Amino acid sequence: MIRFAIKRLLLAIPTLIAMLTAVFILVRLVPGDPAAVMLGDQASAEALAALRTQLGLDRPVHEQYLAFLGDVLTGDLGEAMSTGRPVLTEVLNVLPWTLQLTAAAIFLGSLFGLPLGVWAALRRNAWPDYLGRLVSLAGLSFPAFVSAILMLLVFAIQLGWFPVVSTTGATTWTEELRNLALPAFNLGLIMMAYVMRVTRSSMLGVMGEDYIRTARAKGIRSLRLILRHGLRNALIPIITVVGLYFGTLIGNSVLTEIVFNRPGLGKLILGALNVRDYTLLQGLMIVFASCVIIVNLLTDLIYGLVDPRVKYQ
Amino acid sequence: MSSTATATLPPSRGSALLAALRRNRLSWVGLALLILIVMAAVFAPWLAPHDPLQQHIIARLEPPSAEFWLGTDSYGRDVLSRIIYGARVSLLVGFVAILIAMTIGTTLGVLAGYIGGLFDRLVMGLVDVLLSFPTLVLGLMIAAMLGASLENLIIAIAITEIAPFVRVARAPTISLKQRDFVEAGRALGYSPVRIMGVHILPNMISDVVVLGSLWMASAIRTEASLSFIGLGVPPPTATWGSMIREGFEHILDAWWLTVFPSLAILLTVLALNLLGDALRDAIDPKLRSE
Repeated sequence: MIRFAIKRLLLAIPTLIAMLTAVFILVRLVPGDPAAVMLGDQASAEALAALRTQLGLDRPVHEQYLAFLGDVLTGDLGEAMSTGRPVLTEVLNVLPWTLQLTAAAIFLGSLFGLPLGVWAALRRNAWPDYLGRLVSLAGLSFPAFVSAILMLLVFAIQLGWFPVVSTTGATTWTEELRNLALPAFNLGLIMMAYVMRVTRSSMLGVMGEDYIRTARAKGIRSLRLILRHGLRNALIPIITVVGLYFGTLIGNSVLTEIVFNRPGLGKLILGALNVRDYTLLQGLMIVFASCVIIVNLLTDLIYGLVDPRVKYQ
Repeated sequence: MSSTATATLPPSRGSALLAALRRNRLSWVGLALLILIVMAAVFAPWLAPHDPLQQHIIARLEPPSAEFWLGTDSYGRDVLSRIIYGARVSLLVGFVAILIAMTIGTTLGVLAGYIGGLFDRLVMGLVDVLLSFPTLVLGLMIAAMLGASLENLIIAIAITEIAPFVRVARAPTISLKQRDFVEAGRALGYSPVRIMGVHILPNMISDVVVLGSLWMASAIRTEASLSFIGLGVPPPTATWGSMIREGFEHILDAWWLTVFPSLAILLTVLALNLLGDALRDAIDPKLRSE
């Protein structure tokens, strides 16, 4: 297991460096002079030159690249142009909000998605299955901001059950929960649709296996059969596919945060876009992609832990 | 769309697709919806009751009425007409972006599978990098760096959708490469281009096309999301995402500005997903053998 883990860790390093290279190239795709774009039309020549030196734009490209790699790999994402604070500080300031939201969504999604998926698989081609498939397809069809806006309209504006705008200074945990509820349900329902779909198809595959027939022939009671023999084996592909979904979850959380005006990485990225803060955008992109790479790594490790066959490949 | 797709397929695969469509009744709903939306986009000038850009100054922020079925926005423009014209942008961006992603992705995938070695590792490395960015964040960055325009939006979305096509084309290429008929082609001295184009590509093109229709739903979702963020086709062009963006400022007093374009996006993506679901059943051999 340890050898497998080390091998998998080493494999992530080239991906990480290639990702950083892609970010480096992408940020340099900006047409024109980034310094001029940041300072606007009225900038003096001295200010431009100073900013270019500060950004390292006056150095040759390969030097810029190596300096960039060195900085990022030692944990230095540079300073945000618009605020002058380190990018990492900006990110860490709002990260708890985003983590809280995504964790709540993953919890809600699995809580409802797993049992509903199992139910649909066991009632294949009966009405729970059809209804479940339609509902999960509909859930997957919502762009996250569309479902967020509809929820906001119905539950916050029409019914007034939840606050329209999240209050940042929540003091009691019930207040905090009320702030979290709508955004979390929005993300959670989309996640649920996905988990349900994956669970259904994975369960269908497992329930057709010989060992299920054997267990059934031995007279194992059906709930135990479904959970221990069925779901437990079906979980492995579910974990993998849900791990792959993480990137979509991040994108959806960005949109959700924007609609609910909730602090987090989504609002940070929108603010950076509006003021054309390229260093902050670059830093955020690195943070997002690193998260995805780490989650993929963890998914593979869990896979290895659960399924002993993986190690020998 | 599916009729042109199935017509070019080898008979066995084509009939499998038709059978899947026949079995899955929900896919008919999807197909019907999609045809309606495509027709609305094509015949927009004849269907739209008003000019989507015309500002009725005395009728700003009007709720749905006999004159303006779905109400008017803050400039007094007819929401229904803007939604009908908005279908053009969404479908065009989704279709062209997927076509580009499909062409680049499939070419890279076949080349990587056929050539193998270092080139294969480079291509798969590229795929890993593309997959390490969340779709929305990557599209957002590229669109932001290039600037908001129709072409840049298409480029940004196309890049985010390349990776799945590489994977779908590469795996069958590797197994086909070892088959006798490819070996025979090589022995006859056919050029690698001819072997890849004539002998390998047709064996997977139906899977690629089906995947394309599946991912078009995702491309349209990304287009709407980027437009909502403000990185889509610049105003005053009507797009669903930007209509919602503008309507969001009036969410407390003019619900029709956000609800109707939202339904348009939802129905389009749902139609594509319903159709794609049936097509996926048809190409997934594990499900077909059951």
